[in-house]
Formats: sequence, structure tokens, C-alpha cells
Amino acid sequence: MAKMGPRLGVLAAFLVTLAACGGSNTPAAQSDVGITSNSILLGNTIAQSGPARAYGTIANAENAYFTYVNNTKGGVNGRMIKFKILDDAYTPANAVTLTKQLVEQDQVFAMFSGLGTQTQTSVRDYLNTQKVPQLFVATGATTFMADYSSHNWTIGWQPPYQGEARIYAKDILANHASAKIGVLYQNDDYGQDYLKGLTDGLGSSASQIVDKESYDVTAAVPTLAAQLSKLKASGADTLFLFTTPAFTIGSLAIVTKIGWAPLIYLNSVSNPQVYMGLAQKSGAALGNVTSVGYIKDPTDPQWASDDGMKLYKTVIANCTTCNVMDGFNIYGVAVAYTMVDILTQAGSVMTRKNVMDIAAKGLNETNPFLLPGVKVKTTPSDHFPITQEQVIHWSGTGWTLQGSLIDERGTIK
Amino acid sequence: MLVGSLAPAADAANFAADLGGETLVQELIQQVVSGIASGGIFASLALALVLIYNAMGLVNFAQGEMAMFATFIAYTLISHGVNYFIAFPLTLGLAFVGGVLIERAVIRPVERAPVLTLVIVTLGLATLINGAAGFLFGYTPNYFSSPFSAHTVNIFGAFASYQDLSVIVVSAIVLVAIYLLLQRTTLGLTLRAAAHHPEASRLLGVRVSWMLALGWGLASAVGAVSGIMVAPILLLEPNMMQTIIIYAFAAAVLGGIDSPLGAVVGGLIVGVTVNLVGAYVVGGDLELAVALAIIVGVLVIKPNGLFGRAAARNV
Amino acid sequence: MQRLRSAPPRYFLGVIALLFFIGLPTVVTSFQSSEWTQVLIFAIVIMGLNILVGYSGQISLGHGALMAVGAYTSAILIHRYQVDYLITIPIAGLLTGVVGFALGIPALRLSALYLALATFALAVVAPSLIKRPVQLTGGVQGILLTPPDPPQFAKDAFGAVTGGQEMTSDQWLYYVSLVLALLLFWLAWNLVRHRPGRAMRAIRDREVAAASSGINVAAYKTMAFGISAFYAGIGGALYGLSIGFVSPDTFPLALSFQLLVGAVIGGLASIAGPLVGGIFTFWLPIVSSQFVASQPWIPTGIAAAFKNAGPQVSYGALLIAIMIFAPNGVVGLVTAGYGRLQARLRGAGDRGSGQMPSDPQTV
Repeated sequence: MAKMGPRLGVLAAFLVTLAACGGSNTPAAQSDVGITSNSILLGNTIAQSGPARAYGTIANAENAYFTYVNNTKGGVNGRMIKFKILDDAYTPANAVTLTKQLVEQDQVFAMFSGLGTQTQTSVRDYLNTQKVPQLFVATGATTFMADYSSHNWTIGWQPPYQGEARIYAKDILANHASAKIGVLYQNDDYGQDYLKGLTDGLGSSASQIVDKESYDVTAAVPTLAAQLSKLKASGADTLFLFTTPAFTIGSLAIVTKIGWAPLIYLNSVSNPQVYMGLAQKSGAALGNVTSVGYIKDPTDPQWASDDGMKLYKTVIANCTTCNVMDGFNIYGVAVAYTMVDILTQAGSVMTRKNVMDIAAKGLNETNPFLLPGVKVKTTPSDHFPITQEQVIHWSGTGWTLQGSLIDERGTIK
Repeated sequence: MLVGSLAPAADAANFAADLGGETLVQELIQQVVSGIASGGIFASLALALVLIYNAMGLVNFAQGEMAMFATFIAYTLISHGVNYFIAFPLTLGLAFVGGVLIERAVIRPVERAPVLTLVIVTLGLATLINGAAGFLFGYTPNYFSSPFSAHTVNIFGAFASYQDLSVIVVSAIVLVAIYLLLQRTTLGLTLRAAAHHPEASRLLGVRVSWMLALGWGLASAVGAVSGIMVAPILLLEPNMMQTIIIYAFAAAVLGGIDSPLGAVVGGLIVGVTVNLVGAYVVGGDLELAVALAIIVGVLVIKPNGLFGRAAARNV
Repeated sequence: MQRLRSAPPRYFLGVIALLFFIGLPTVVTSFQSSEWTQVLIFAIVIMGLNILVGYSGQISLGHGALMAVGAYTSAILIHRYQVDYLITIPIAGLLTGVVGFALGIPALRLSALYLALATFALAVVAPSLIKRPVQLTGGVQGILLTPPDPPQFAKDAFGAVTGGQEMTSDQWLYYVSLVLALLLFWLAWNLVRHRPGRAMRAIRDREVAAASSGINVAAYKTMAFGISAFYAGIGGALYGLSIGFVSPDTFPLALSFQLLVGAVIGGLASIAGPLVGGIFTFWLPIVSSQFVASQPWIPTGIAAAFKNAGPQVSYGALLIAIMIFAPNGVVGLVTAGYGRLQARLRGAGDRGSGQMPSDPQTV
């Protein structure tokens, strides 16, 4: 058996090496996992490759804000924020593996701003079982805010899609009571959530929706002419676009092309002025377009000398790959602001439970990057951080705020 | 549920009355016209696929990405002040050279390898080019201006834009050019011979390897034409071609994978079919599945498509 | 003694690999075990893909979609019909096998290239098809699966070996996957060693000649599809269980592509290849996106550029390089290298070792 000896030795060496590289680092004495005397470790998974990779800049913008706080204020209460961002390519399988890595191997304090409804759903149960905060998920899917009672380690941030759609419904009932409504929606949680909000918000007037057409994210934009022609033919005089930006731009152009001029409502994800500009260049008339907003748009000249916008531009300079005009980036900075806020509030009690409680029940923040008057607020009975949005109307060159902030707090159960 | 039960009522109203001033016939004409417009887009990329197939007997999975990259080059030139009508041919030239270089560097070492190796190489190429484009040019969508306006033209009461028409017209021009090249010139004949009978061609003194490179260069240039023509409609960004590549495959397969005429006719048919079937039969979210059905259906029932020529099987 | 000394080294490697895999969860963290579970799952699916591509010579760019069939079968049975999860695994495999067999029938008419194209289109369309029957599949919301609790005997055994550690769900699933992987590898090994394997290789190399020598080409080819799908179905069911969630976007085109690439890079028409392929498929994306960024000796500018451009460009470049320089995959390289080493050590004229080079893939 001469050959077995060395081979077993190799095997043993291999296993020992693996064990040495493997096992987790036992944290030194600290207030909770991921916290040391001078650092806080946050984890994140986001799409930085694959078809959804345009969202990836959000994490970089968040990191830019953390860098700003670390540099100008020495971190939060003397602890520097370390932010570990991993690429899940928008796939749940990767999100699960990478989240487990962050929790079990990298020993993060909390998960912050994970992006994507399917991805964050796939890790929600795990994080709740492990009692790791799933903070401020980057999706408006209503379930992340509405289901706090069953998942009390999870909290959203941005206004829920259903809430936004309810505001549209209110606008219809108040200003266009006899509208005949057509809806184009993306056939995923995003589009379907919006549609539900609209239908619920219209209540008995939901019968005014005369046609709804869906499309898959894999659709080629020109083929949307099929759905839009059908919507036009249904007699609708009002069109809702519950679509992601590329499809919104394409739809706006196609609507004009097929000789249709309905009243158009498009959703907040698609309303940054850059996209409206692209739509105009593509031939969209944009005659009568309404949306809602809750966050300041960097391309909107009305905020040029606004303190919050100036701060944003200072902050975003920390990110070399971030386009300052990209609405995703100001979103990232805004939500990072809230993150820093709750860490500051936690003071010396840097435990997961305390931070989670503050986020889910004790937020009361004025955020410099959101529209004036919007509050980021949670209470023991309400876990929707942002529920206020303002109707905006396209003037031909920009968005003008209409009326005042509408608050959908408490309307979604 | 409330909304679900309304659909039949709405359809009935459609058929019965003149809601909003549009009849069913008008709606159908619009669907067909829009279908022809998007079909033109599919056809333009399908032409590049067909050209590669003629040169090499292979479907190039990276064709869309190469076209997108060439379009970015055109965009960069134009943003730096180069006139559109100079940037266009310049980009075609660069795309041609690029195609040749890719063939020499990446394809030539595996020229005689089995189909599987080549498929993986072209898929790897697609991944690489897509990543390179994202890195070099970013992911935010750009508007690519066209000398053709987005204003519409009225066709039998339906609408298409001048841009849509330009895609179809240019595709037709490219089609004629390819047809003349392949069928009416010695070069074209040599190209096809090298692809279908490499050994015999070598014996006759044809430099088969360089014919392949030429084929790749030409296909790349045709792809660049496609990209430049469709970018104003699709918005230029690295994933631009990924949504239409399956439709382009369907068009090429339907028309006959070695027939340029088939690519154009196939493209138009695919465009119209996808629109009609998607709008009235299966629902808009399954439009891509319609393309899949076309691909599988044609390959199983009549693999040569409408205009393709049967290839003898080597024993 | 004599037999042991002249047994090919690959048997010893196999024993070492076996010991490694059996012992792994006892020395690494639960999370790391879950990572290796995915390696095993990919190895299972790639083994099936290998039977189809490497042995019977048919290309599939759609095995991710077949995994989805298996995963959803298992998930729906567990979620809606409360079937025990262990039983759902073979059911998922069988159902997917039937689907694969059915796919294999029209596939007979397609040449290699067209089959690649058709399966490619299938993989692209699969997510949108899954989203449609919402009542059945949960649509875009997907189906959540609770992590299964390890049975008592397993907990006891694990505790005994590790000195009291409690076995986690992840570790239990690792062992389930390992047992299945061993079973399926053994099955595949037998298949290729005996008549079906020889028939398939004959078909792969010279189909017309094979037909004229009496082999029922159609039967073997469709059977290869069916078996390959069976493996994918089992892999898919395990995948769903180990992730704890199935949704349409869990099975994108990228997955199908990575599986095929893993098969080729591991080495087609070999038994060890799929394991290497599984390791590659799982670890490469992680290594390329995290490893480079974390190396302090690489200047930040380059690391940042690599991270932004990085995974795709390096993945594509690596693929192309491997196809050009090592088309028989890692196993092919190793075997060729070993063969050359042996020839040198023993002198040119010695054919004593009798080791056959692995089949070159000729699809």
C-alpha cells in the first residue's frame, strides 16, 4: 500500500488547510455582530451585472454617502461605516448564497438596501429567522412594508407602489371622473402591484378601466405597439403606464406615433427628466402627462440652488462611476441618509434589535433629498416609512408640482 | 374580481359600436402596419445572421452584440461632431475591420472544431462584447439621432414613422446588395463555395480561411447598418440588441437561414404575427414565446424555411 | 496487491474526492456546506447534460429551463399538496425526464446548430412561460419553501462525529445532495460503460454509419434527452430546496449558458468532468466578482475597472481562451498532460499502462 500513505497525507493536509481557511472569525467582545469599537459593517446584494445592472449604481451612491459621513464626521458615533456590496445579478439563487455569505461568513451587522422584489423575498425568511435586520429594501413592493407583523426584521423605505397608484386613483376621481382608463403594465410584481393599487383606489369606479394589457420584460420595445394599438382601440382616453423606464420611453413615443393623445399617467420610477427628454427626442408629444414624485430630481433646475441638492452633488463626487444626473443615485444617497440617521439614533446601544426597532417604529426624519414636506416616519402601528407623494404635471420642459403632498398613510392594510 | 369580469363587456362594446372613432378593421390595419415596422427591425439584424451563415454555416450568437458595439462607435463619432453621413460609412468600415479581426483572432483557431465549440465561442464573444460595451460606454440609455424624423406617415388610416420606413427601405437596399454580391459576383460565389465545400475549394486554390474572414467582416458591417438604423427607435444602450435577437433568429429561420430575401420576408412576417398573436390570442406578455413557437415550428416542419436551400448531409 | 498498484490513478483520485466530500461539512461552516451543495447540484445537472452533449452529441442551451421544471414540480407538490420533500425529488426527476423525452422527439429533426438555437430560445422564453399560470406557479411571486429539518438519526450521527455540533438544514441538504450525486454518477458511469454508452458514442461520431449498423438512433437520442432531463429535474428540485425559493427569475438564460459552459470546461464525455464543471460553474462568478476586488496588491483603479467591466469581460475571454487552447476541458487537459508525463517517464514505446485517452468531443 505504498501509494496510499502519501495520498492520505495529502488528503489530511488538504482538509486541515480547508478548515483553517474555512471557519468564521469569532468576533471580539462587541455589542453585536458586525460592530467593533470603531466600525459598523453593513451588507448589500444588488444587480451589478446582467440585464438589471443599471440599478447597480444605487449601491455605489449609498457607499458615496457613507464615505462622506466617514470623512466629514468620523463615521457615526465614532464608528466608520463599512459597506460590503455583492453582485447578485438580480437572481434569487445568487441573492440567497451571497446573503448567507454576508451574514454567516462576513458577519455583517445588518443587510441594507437589498434590491429587487424576487431577490429580497428569497432572503426575507432567512434573515428574519436569523434575526438580521433587512433594512430599507430597494423596492416599492407593498409586501415589504405591509407584512411587518409576520416579518418584523424587514422594513422598506420608498413609497409602496400600491400607495402611489392610489394617489393616481384619487387624482382621477377628483379631476377626471368620467375617464375611460387603459392600462399597460409589466407582468411582474412591479406592474401588478401598481395595478392592484389603482383598482383598489378606484373602488367602485374600477369599472372605468376598459382595457389592460401586459408585456414581459423580455419584450422588444417596438412590439408594444400591439398592446398600445389595442388600448387605443378600446376607446380609452386615459392611459396608465406601469412600466420600467425603457418601456415608458418607448410607449410614449409609440402612443404619439399611432395618432393617440390620451391623458397619460406614468409612474415615479420612470419620471426623471432625463427619460422625459429621451421620450421627446424619440417623438413623444407629452401633451398631458401626470406623475407623482417624492424625491428631488437632479436634472430639475428648480433645485439648482437647493441646499439638499448641493449636498447631494458634494456627496456623489465620492463615487467616480456615478452619473450625477441619474435619479437612481439621489435615491441611493437619500436612503443612505436614513440609514445613518438610525445608526446615529441608536447611540451606544448598537444592537440589531435596537436598530431594527428604531427603523420600524421610531423613525421621524426630514430628509434633505426628498421633496419639501415629505417625512420619513414609522410608528409602532405603521411601518411604511414614506407615504407622501406629490402630483406633478409635465409642462413641456419640466415637471411642475401640483397641489400639495398627498399622504397615503394608513390606506394600505 | 371586479376588473376581470369587465373584459367581455369591453370587447362586446368594441365590436358593437364605434368607440373612440376606431373600428376593428382600422385597429387591425394599425397592428399590421406596426408589425411591418418592427418586422423591418428584425429583418435588418437577420440579414447579418444570414450573411454569416452563408460564409460559415454557423449562426453567430454574438451578431447582435457586435452590431450594438458598432452603433456605439457611430454614436461616439457623432457626439464628437462628425457628420452623420460621414460617421455612417466610417463606422461600416470600422465594423468590417473589426469583424475580420475577430474572425482572425477568435474564430480561426477553432475553424474546424465541432459545432459545439463554435457555439460556445460565439456565446463567449457575446458576453465579452456586451461587458466591454457596458464598461466603455455605460448603461444609461442614449438617444441616437437619425436624419429621418419620428413624424408619422398615414398608411390606409394607420400610422408608421419615417424612421420605421427608413429601416425597411435600408434593409431592402442591403438585401439587394447582399444578393448581388452572393449570387452575381465571383467573390460571392467563392465565399459560398468556401463555406459549403471547404476541402474542394482549397484544392481549387481558394484561400478558405480568408473567405471566412471576409464573411465575418461583411456580416459585421451589415450588423452595423442594422444597429445604426434601429438605435433611434430602440434607444442605444448595451442591452439594446438582446431584446430583438430572438426575433431576428426567428426571422432568419422562417425565411431560410441562408436566404437574404428570406431574412427580410421572414422579418416582416414575424413582426406582424407577433403583434397579432400577442394582441389577440396569447396576450402581450407571451410575445417572445410566439417567436419561440415560430422557430421550433419551422425547424421541425420545414427546416429550410421559406426560401432556404436544402443542404446535403455528409455521410 | 498487483491490481491495486496498477489501478489507474483516477480511482485513487476518486477515493480522495469521496473522502473530501463526505468529511467536508464536519470541518467547514454551515454556510460553506451550502455553497458546496450548489456545486454538487450543478455537478448533477452537468452530468445529465454531459450524457446528452458529450455522449449522444446533441447540444442543449436550455437545461436551465429543465431545472425549472424539476424545481417547480417539487415546490408545487410541497407547497400545495404537502408532499414530503424527499419524495418530491424523484417525482420531479421523472416528470422532467418525461418532458425531456418529449422534447427529444422534435429534436431528432434538428441539426446540432438548430438544436442549439431552439434550446436557446426555450431558455430565453422560459421565465415568461412560468409567470403565466399564476395559480399553479405563484407567478412572479414565486414559491417559498421552508428549509427541511434534519431527521433525528442524521442529527445524532453528525453530533457524534463533530463532537456535539447541531446539524443545520443546510448541512442535511448537503448530504442529501451528496447521496443523490453519488447515485447518479454511478448510474451514469454504468450507462456509458455498457451498451447504451457505446451506442450513443457511435451515434455521436458517425450517425449514419451507426444507423446502418443496426442501432436505433432515434430511440437512443430521445432516451439521452430523457435521461439528461431526469438529471436536470433532480438537480432542479434540490436547487429549489437549497435556495428555499423558486421563482421565474431563478432560471434565467444565464443559468443554461453556465451549465453548458461548465460541462465543456469540465470535460465532456468523462465522468469526472461534470464535477469539475460544477465547481467551475459555482465558483467562477464569485471569484471573479469578489476575489479581484479584495486583493490589496492590485491598484484600486484597475480593481475598480475590473469590477465594473470585469465579470462579463473576463468570463467571455476565459471561455474563448479555453475553447481555443483546451477544448477537451480540464479533464482533457489533465488526462493529456498525464499521458504525456507517463510516456516520458516510461519511455516512448511503452504501452503498458493501457490507459485510453478520454474521448474527444466531436459534436
